[in-house]
Amino acid sequence: MKAVIILFLSYCIALQAQLKQISVPYTRYILPNGLNVILHEDHTTPTLTVNMWYHVGSGYEKAGRTGFAHLFEHLMFMGSGHVPQGQFDKLLEAAGGDNNGSTNTDRTNYFEDVPSNALELALYLDSDRMGFLLGAMSPKSVDAQRDVVKNERRQSYENRPYGLAWENIYKNLYPEGHPYNWTTIGSMTDLSAASYEDVVDFFKTYYTPNNASLCIAGDINPEKTLELVKKWYGGIPAGKPAPPIEPPAAKLTKEKVIVLEDKVQLPRLYMAWITPARFAPGDAEMDVLSNIFSNGKNSRLYKRLVYDLQIAQDVNAFQNSNKLSSEFMIIATARAGHNLEEIKKIIQEEIDKIKSQPPSDREVQQAVNQFEAGYLDAMERCGSFGGKADLLNSYYYYTGNPDYFNEDISRYKELSPGDIRAMAQTYLPDNGRVVLSIVPKGKLNLAVNPKEEGK
Amino acid sequence: MKREIIFLSAVILTFILAGRINSQVVNRNQPPLLPPPSALNLPAIQQFVLSNGLKVYLMEKHEVPVVQLNVVVKAGIADDPAGKDGAASMTAAMLTEGAAGKSSLEIADAIDFLGARIYAGPGYNYTDIALHTPLSKFNDALRLLADIVLRPDFPANELNRKKKERLTNIMQWHDQPTAIAGIAFNKLLFGSNYAYGKPAIGSEETIKGFIPSDLKNFYDKYFNSTNSFIVAVGDIDKDNLKKDLEREFGGWKTGEANNNKLHDAPQVEKTTVYLIDKPAAPQSVIYIGRIGLPRITPDYNAVYVMNTILGGSFSSRINQNLREKNGFTYGASSNFSFRVAAGAFTASSSVQSEVTDKALSEFFKELNGIREPVSADELERAKNYVALGYPGNFQTVRNIAAQLEEKIEFNLSDDYFNKYISNILSVSNQEINTAAQKYIEPGKMIVVVVGDKNKIEDGIKKLNLGELKNLSIEDVLGKIPQID
Repeated sequence: MKAVIILFLSYCIALQAQLKQISVPYTRYILPNGLNVILHEDHTTPTLTVNMWYHVGSGYEKAGRTGFAHLFEHLMFMGSGHVPQGQFDKLLEAAGGDNNGSTNTDRTNYFEDVPSNALELALYLDSDRMGFLLGAMSPKSVDAQRDVVKNERRQSYENRPYGLAWENIYKNLYPEGHPYNWTTIGSMTDLSAASYEDVVDFFKTYYTPNNASLCIAGDINPEKTLELVKKWYGGIPAGKPAPPIEPPAAKLTKEKVIVLEDKVQLPRLYMAWITPARFAPGDAEMDVLSNIFSNGKNSRLYKRLVYDLQIAQDVNAFQNSNKLSSEFMIIATARAGHNLEEIKKIIQEEIDKIKSQPPSDREVQQAVNQFEAGYLDAMERCGSFGGKADLLNSYYYYTGNPDYFNEDISRYKELSPGDIRAMAQTYLPDNGRVVLSIVPKGKLNLAVNPKEEGK
Repeated sequence: MKREIIFLSAVILTFILAGRINSQVVNRNQPPLLPPPSALNLPAIQQFVLSNGLKVYLMEKHEVPVVQLNVVVKAGIADDPAGKDGAASMTAAMLTEGAAGKSSLEIADAIDFLGARIYAGPGYNYTDIALHTPLSKFNDALRLLADIVLRPDFPANELNRKKKERLTNIMQWHDQPTAIAGIAFNKLLFGSNYAYGKPAIGSEETIKGFIPSDLKNFYDKYFNSTNSFIVAVGDIDKDNLKKDLEREFGGWKTGEANNNKLHDAPQVEKTTVYLIDKPAAPQSVIYIGRIGLPRITPDYNAVYVMNTILGGSFSSRINQNLREKNGFTYGASSNFSFRVAAGAFTASSSVQSEVTDKALSEFFKELNGIREPVSADELERAKNYVALGYPGNFQTVRNIAAQLEEKIEFNLSDDYFNKYISNILSVSNQEINTAAQKYIEPGKMIVVVVGDKNKIEDGIKKLNLGELKNLSIEDVLGKIPQID
């Protein structure tokens, strides 16, 4: 039987001269059923991780079923054809392992971090839910996790101060029907509506080996590991190619000013723009700009709002990078006695400034230094979210090349201050953004004034 | 600098192997049998002493060119002077706000440009000033660390800034049900005059009262080479580290070791339920607990495994019951805080408001249940989870440094790490049962619930857990601070 069609060996990453060279060698295979397999050896501790990405997230949900991809993620831990409910966690714990999963707009990822002797157990459990999930699924198990997920929504959004900001931002930033128009947690109404038939349909459409990528990293023997991967995953039949999503164009051409009241002491301002997709031209520039705006006491927004003027308690700018597009956000909480017009005025001044004058070389270099240091830290562990295995899978999904570490860092190192200014000019328009104020109940006067729209 | 090569011979070889494997029948009816776990071989802990007596502990780890270096001073929240709650915390926070004549902004700029991070924060009995840096920036970063630890200036204008920031933090706690529940629980369990019973940053009154000399006094009393030690982990060898540390820390003044003693707080004698009203809250935050035991005790391993069964893992009884069986919550757990003096035993969760009484009832069912003998299977699973998962604590320099710190702070034996796995695996069913009987007393608990009183009070009353007392958020946190 034809099994292996590609074998890449790749030695990546020569960090810049002053850093010691680091390599993340990996081997890659594609099984006949289409499962992409990435293996990486790291014998630092006798542990390993099994990291599985399914190329589906909340962006693939149907209308009226928001939150479904994430609810489905929960169901993946509820047992499968040969693994009774509850045994997934019990067997892993009995072997000294931990596991988790997460869902975003683009993908759903799962990991099992185990002592290296438990490799085959992790493969057995993970492959069983890929091949035989429906064998254990019932309307009752769907209901049980529906309640858990509703409580996740209560805990992380509804009962958390400012927690409803996100769904209001995304609803206004992207047009109706766009995959990023809703949040991954979804709405209570849609969570209630999800049916057992939806589960079956979603599983058959998206949870196929040909729509997934498996990375195993850590204390492994790659040849033996590949044999075990074939043994446990090789017999799972391929599915039809997953249907691609076809998003309507997303471009904001006005400033949308929104106000929410919440049970909070202090008003908080959110400004959001649609920006270039992950790894697209402009994405790295916006990352660097976020660093220049809010990372450290000397960063522009922090220094003015929090350090010098002391009219804000905190400020945070970041580029949230995703497959179809990204969002650049600036979030600041006003101090007592200050309103969001004051905060917005300062932020606007800094946006105008970066559009008219490039940042200093030192500001850009500092951002690059910090990204490089963060990259080194990621080299320290294979498992969990954000470990080497998760990164290899992430690079594979977003670029087609698991070994994108070097290209990723080079994106930042090659930037000039003028590039930052140019992208700020292009992607931070005053008349194409969402401005959300969350104010204490009854204190609408603290919000950004909607009358200023189109200013 | 990437090479991408396709090896044709390797492809052919793997073809042949693949054919053989796929002829096997995969039996999924039983989980695969596992080979025995590999041993955890840790590098040796190296020790040396600088000329001023400062003790240094090093674990070399050369896979990634990063270094974690923690200066640990034996003084913390428990050493706050009377009437100066928050002094230890503010002293730590002020270290990076001006040192060796450099301003707050200059220090931040220097550290940020290196891509290094320095974090100064107090624990209850120790204050950590932790440096994490790429190896290539180690010398520059170490100099900054030495400035911060040895030569802080405590400038008044920065203190005023930090005071406003912290008063605003207190203000924001009023919004946060989990913060309210945690602060209330500690205060009610330990009393607000006891180190573990008060917020680390102090109160509105004490924060407003700080002047630079308060922090300078705290610093002068405890920050010296005799009362401190250093833990280093990373891509550096002993000789180089010794030379670098002698240069930067060899001149740190000697002084007196901190001999303050912290006695255990008095135990809870009867169950009281404190209901803190948060109108219209969609969830109730529940904290249940009592005083546990200190870190250094012969019962440590048994209690740790017992709690793993009760609420210390995903498959634990509390999480399985409240989350998986009943869907009351996104997660529920229990925990023992192991500190110098006895810390808290806590069982906690955020549950849907409508099922608050049912959730409390299930919590108490589990607190009673753990006092019965546990099955061999459950015990085995919990022991394996703790013991076999132990190597996972030794992957990053930051985590290894934390392990080393714990070993030194509690004076654990030199073979502690190496014997940990076998010690956990030897815990017996009888020891678990004894530990549960001794430390989990469901009739003598503090219960804190932060939630919508109108919706939940009647149901809670009917449970008859103990006297029910109503508290307001202001009773717990005080009035909203006035900030100029």
